[in-house]
Amino acid sequence: MHYNRYASRKYLVIGMMLAICLIILMRLFYLQVIDDSYKLSAENNILRAIPLYPDRGYIYDRDGNLLVSNQPAYDLMVIPREVKPFDTLAFCQELGVNPDEFKKNLRDASKYSRFRPSVVVKELSKETYASIQEQLYRFKGFFVQQRTLREYPQISGANVVGYIGQVPRYILDKSDYYSKGDNIGISGIEKAYEESLRGKQGVKYVIRDVHNRDKGPFEGGRYDTLPQAGEDVVSTISLELQMYGELLMQNKIGSVVAIEPSSGEILAMVSSPGYDPNLLVGRRRSETFAQLQKDSLKPLFDRALLAEYPPGSTFKLLNALIGLQEGVLYPGTRFGCQGGFKYGSLRVGCHEHPSPLDLRKGIASSCNAYFCYTYKSILEKFPNAELGYENWREHISSFGLGDFLNNDLPTGRRGLVPRASFYDNIYGRGSWKAVTNISLAIGQGELLVTPIQMANMTAALANRGWYYTPHIVKSVGGDTLFNQRFKEKIHTTVDSHHYEPVIDGMQMVFEEPTGTAYWFRLPEISQCGKTGTAQNTSGEDHSAFIAFAPRDNPKIAIVVYVENAGWGSSYAAPIASLMMEKFLTDTVSRPWLEERMVNANLIDKKPKEDEE
Amino acid sequence: MRNKQRNTAIVDWPLVLLYFLFVGMGWLNIYAAVYNEEASSIIDASQKYGKQLTWIITAVVIVFILFLVDGKFFNRFAYAIYGFFIFLLVSVLLFGKEVGGARSWFEIGGFSIQPAEFAKIGVALALAKLLSSINVSLDQFKTRITGLTIVGIPAVLILLQNDTGSALVFLAFLLVLYREGMSGILLWLGTGAGVLFTLTLIFGPVYLFIALGIILGIGLYFLRGKKREIRNWVLIVFMGAGFVQSVDYVYQNVLEPHQQSRIDVLLGKKDDPHGAGYNTNQSKIAIGSGGLTGKGYLEGTQTKFDFVPEQSTDFIFCTVGEEWGFLGSFILVALFLTLFWRLIIAAERQRSAFSRIYGYSVACILFFHFAVNISMTIGLAPVIGIPLPFFSYGGSSLWGFTILLFIFIRLDAYRMETFR
Ligand SMILES: [Zn+2]
Repeated sequence: MHYNRYASRKYLVIGMMLAICLIILMRLFYLQVIDDSYKLSAENNILRAIPLYPDRGYIYDRDGNLLVSNQPAYDLMVIPREVKPFDTLAFCQELGVNPDEFKKNLRDASKYSRFRPSVVVKELSKETYASIQEQLYRFKGFFVQQRTLREYPQISGANVVGYIGQVPRYILDKSDYYSKGDNIGISGIEKAYEESLRGKQGVKYVIRDVHNRDKGPFEGGRYDTLPQAGEDVVSTISLELQMYGELLMQNKIGSVVAIEPSSGEILAMVSSPGYDPNLLVGRRRSETFAQLQKDSLKPLFDRALLAEYPPGSTFKLLNALIGLQEGVLYPGTRFGCQGGFKYGSLRVGCHEHPSPLDLRKGIASSCNAYFCYTYKSILEKFPNAELGYENWREHISSFGLGDFLNNDLPTGRRGLVPRASFYDNIYGRGSWKAVTNISLAIGQGELLVTPIQMANMTAALANRGWYYTPHIVKSVGGDTLFNQRFKEKIHTTVDSHHYEPVIDGMQMVFEEPTGTAYWFRLPEISQCGKTGTAQNTSGEDHSAFIAFAPRDNPKIAIVVYVENAGWGSSYAAPIASLMMEKFLTDTVSRPWLEERMVNANLIDKKPKEDEE
Repeated sequence: MRNKQRNTAIVDWPLVLLYFLFVGMGWLNIYAAVYNEEASSIIDASQKYGKQLTWIITAVVIVFILFLVDGKFFNRFAYAIYGFFIFLLVSVLLFGKEVGGARSWFEIGGFSIQPAEFAKIGVALALAKLLSSINVSLDQFKTRITGLTIVGIPAVLILLQNDTGSALVFLAFLLVLYREGMSGILLWLGTGAGVLFTLTLIFGPVYLFIALGIILGIGLYFLRGKKREIRNWVLIVFMGAGFVQSVDYVYQNVLEPHQQSRIDVLLGKKDDPHGAGYNTNQSKIAIGSGGLTGKGYLEGTQTKFDFVPEQSTDFIFCTVGEEWGFLGSFILVALFLTLFWRLIIAAERQRSAFSRIYGYSVACILFFHFAVNISMTIGLAPVIGIPLPFFSYGGSSLWGFTILLFIFIRLDAYRMETFR
């Protein structure tokens, strides 16, 4: 029996317990009897922490124009425990608020805490505040706390700068920094650069007695901290270009993204229809927000980042580059086209144009057959379609398509460039060929890209084979090197010398009489572009256009998508050309074209299935 | 003679009395913590003290049920009960409700149950069963591993729930294992680990590696020529270094920023009385302001205005400290000490090893909860959020402690029944 062997250990166990109890008692004796510092005063005062809100950082455009600033606001606060009976209706009338909502907020406040202050009415106007200030003493338990609100001097770029709102529950639970009712960036730059913009809250400790009377600062303010203002953020956006883009896109659905190829800086990012950011500030915010959310045209949806479209014919450029890189195509290669590409019973139609064409003319005339042959030879270079396709896909991915760009924008989409397994699943492994998904040759089929991805692809074309990750912020708190990631060149898998013939073709799009954007040529600027028409199953096709200019040392790469606008040359090409001209020369040499674009209203053409 | 004893329950009334004393005092203090002038009736079911009263009454019902159960039941089904609680811990991980970042609650018809508070009972029973089996002793390596596994599984499951405090409670079983013959080295290792842990967090791993290097060198000098000792010495120092590295890793990569700052404040690395140390500071102000005799029942101010966090659960001791002063705190500590002492006396008088080991487990668990809970309110331990037995508001913990204690009182009452 091992019973007695360790019985003596009970003394050690009891002894240890006794020792720990003694330590606890000694500590208690010290705290409660010897040390006086914890007895704040004879009156048993209470410490109260009052948060001091910092000014949120400003947001500027690349030229120093102010995009977002601050304005003062006044919140009506309540400490439920101190509220004495009062005339609710009269008070609500003074405040100009709905009595039911007011009562509900008051109930919520009591539920949260009877002793701590809560907001009852957010963001009183300056006028209301001035008129209520003198009468507030009649309503016990209420007081006004000043905070700052966002202000937008320009009604532009709402999707770029984003908006702020109350901290959602799930962040409150995780974070030490925020408390209930604080603001936080919800979208755009406000969200992406929240930590820089928000600054650091300060705190003031005051002593209150049992009856909540102010007894002055705690220990002379020794523990108080001042708030630190947030850092200013300079965006890469050019306000002028952004506003011009929004003007041209008015009454149209779609998006424009322009990038400076040499830096990856986003010059403009238009999502249309947009909204006035000032509508999301102040007390009418929740009302307008609900309206914007209900709007069938989805103004809150950032089409530049989130809309996924087929790339359309613009994609032919990539197929040309891959063909050249794989050695299955030469600039002089000619393919015949009699009304399109035919293979067995399969037929991809084409429009009327001279035949046969070489690569440059193929691009300029956007011949479907030419790129079907090219795509077919790229895949058939390999022993089977799966291998050929995966190789092709790798080239495509190197242009930043089919995956997140990993930029500094808080939202985005992958787009879609299917894997070979996708076709294996549909047709069975080994039982599909290049012609099975031949529509990828002309940018149709399963492909999906977002406008920002297309703009980035265009920048890679402009740079002849590389790009910087596109980004929306140039500097934070004066520091331009804040993110090294945006200073790293990313190379495509196509060697730079293959780009010239393709770019010749892109220039001919503007400058050959048969080119699809011939009408939008400019004598002083060598523009390079490519039209696209993205097939749309639920209505008229989307008009797409990518372009960069000038041909040498390009300063701007741009993509324009106009939904339900038909051919690429109808709206997308002229808008792109106007914007490039505006950006490069600061002039509009074609007022007639500008006027036609500004006045075009395509919104009524959209089928409105959402409406009753 | 034997027959007569068999059917007579010799209930240990001092233990029962202590239990009711604690529960009663606990309820009075919860009432005080929630109290304000406008409060309505005492048995307002919407208030915490109303709910706690319901928990207390149901706990008493549970006590009666425990006394109806056959005494051999707990011994015979020890492993089954253990298995059942493990099952609950796994299911709460999968289907539980997340409260305050920890996924450790079941919600059943408006009531929330926290399986972690009950798992200790299963471990105590299973450990007692294991160590009381014939031909089993802690001298055997296999037994030691089995014992540590029994304790370790629920602890890890509770850690996975993100409830570090409740998982640490299982350390209390090390003391039980020690009493039953586990080598004292483990206790020393535990203490050593604790010291290394604290030093790592204060000085950072680099200095500790240097210090360990020096210690290694000194040891090698003194042990020169003794091959075996040198091997052990190197092994121990390297294990220490590995431990330091992993503590640093856990601190840097596993702990959330708010947990890091709590530790920093406790170790005096960060003087921030109104940031991370806010809880402890408010709690110390409340207790400290109680003085020698306290402010009187319901007269507390610091514990009335939501300034002390969790003032009816983890920080319930603040109310005692503020309203009853040092005298009240002293009496409370003395009463708890009496409880532990009485439990150990009772455990030692058992004829069955099963009952004795179970009794020790009860004493050690209650002691761990008591010591850590009080220590954290007075700034002697980090705020890890475990309840004060019988005092803290909450049904799961009250039920858990009640069942834990009364299974032992039940075993003890029929101690003459079983021989082995
Ligand atoms: Zn053709």
